[in-house]
Amino acid sequence: VSVRNAVVIHPDDNVATVLVAIDKGATVVWDTPPGVVAQEPIPAGHKVALTTIAPAQPILKYGQPIGVASQPIAVGQHVHTHNLTGQEV
Amino acid sequence: VRNHVVVLSSVSCANGVVDGIGREVSGVKAVTHIEGCGRGFTDVALATRTLVGVLRHPNVYGALAVGLGCEVIKAAGLVQQAADCGKPLEFLEIQETGGTLRSIATGAGIVRPMVAAAAGQAREAADFEELMLAMECGGSDSLSGLTANPCIGKVSDWLVGQGGRVIMSEITEFIGAEAKVAAHCDSPDVRERMMALLADQRRRVKDSLGPLAHLVIAPGNAEGGLSSIEEKSMGSFAKAGSTMIRQVVEYAERPTARGLVVMNTPGSDVFSMTGKIAAGAQILLFSTGRGSPAGSPLVPVVKIASNTRLFERMPDDMDFDAGRAVAGCSLDELGAELRDLVVEVANGRPTKPELTRTELFAINSTSEPF
Repeated sequence: VSVRNAVVIHPDDNVATVLVAIDKGATVVWDTPPGVVAQEPIPAGHKVALTTIAPAQPILKYGQPIGVASQPIAVGQHVHTHNLTGQEV
Repeated sequence: VRNHVVVLSSVSCANGVVDGIGREVSGVKAVTHIEGCGRGFTDVALATRTLVGVLRHPNVYGALAVGLGCEVIKAAGLVQQAADCGKPLEFLEIQETGGTLRSIATGAGIVRPMVAAAAGQAREAADFEELMLAMECGGSDSLSGLTANPCIGKVSDWLVGQGGRVIMSEITEFIGAEAKVAAHCDSPDVRERMMALLADQRRRVKDSLGPLAHLVIAPGNAEGGLSSIEEKSMGSFAKAGSTMIRQVVEYAERPTARGLVVMNTPGSDVFSMTGKIAAGAQILLFSTGRGSPAGSPLVPVVKIASNTRLFERMPDDMDFDAGRAVAGCSLDELGAELRDLVVEVANGRPTKPELTRTELFAINSTSEPF
């Protein structure tokens, strides 16, 4: 049984926030197992994709869009500025 | 909740004398800043409002305003505008008094009896409805919005329920959360004012950063895992709790409404803190993920760590570990614990920035000096 190492804030969210650095191949676990397997290292506090996210689809955290995917994102991939585009200011 | 004797510069030229009096007399708070002449009408009004707000502040027993003599914002004028609050307020001018060293000696002679009188006063009980809290976040990380900010939101909900006032600000950190902010506005009037401020702030960020405007999040925010301004803003706005915004006020303007109030300040911490404090906030709740040590000469600043690692790594700067919210503590439990800490602080318990004497003060301005 894996220890909880991530948080999903809202049921609609398609990303989890990891609480500790996650190695490639390790399982990201929040409230409800089984979790997802990290496809790459995820630094502490960063986000990991819980679903496949197509380009231009919204990234949801707090149940709200925090940006859109700028490239295809697979389950377990690191979500950050390299594949998430925030809104223009 | 505090009873400070303050020595205040009316203009930056007086800072040497103010600091000198601060060194000479133990127990006074020397408050200096870099404002002075060469400012437009808007900024002179803003700085004057801020400085008068310091003199009128409920945490201030009495004060000495120090001016140079030839400046735009006169020490005598500041004292006159705050005179109706009935506390001991004095002023002196350096040119009139005969220079720096004589002014330090004269000023020290004025504030020494104030310090003695303030120390002789007994603490009096007051209702929570007389309390005004301010909220701030600085050096956020991706946990700030999950732990520290919602925890502050719980305390805000509690004080609003008690009939008190809570000020949030940092309009830059509302950018991208417009829909959520709009839904939190109590009336069409408040909503219209709020959205106008947000549009204005967006334009200013864009004007100064151009195509990089979406990177208004600081480098440390991105390293901590925040990927966009809307992600940061959603987390920041968690401080609002569940009550509605009752009023929107200008920088350093005292709210007339009770409940949750938004002030027009930049996101930059010290400017933002100063505006809310000058409006009369007596305690400031400050959430940080990366670890900001910022405090104030006038009010206790409660430092709330968004993660336990920070709480353990900077123990001299952090008052509260909200990181426990991701280790099984509920936000309701932590919110109640933070509320109890705020009550203790109101009753005199010193916060970490008070103990380290990290006393920062800076007045906002809307344009360059000329």
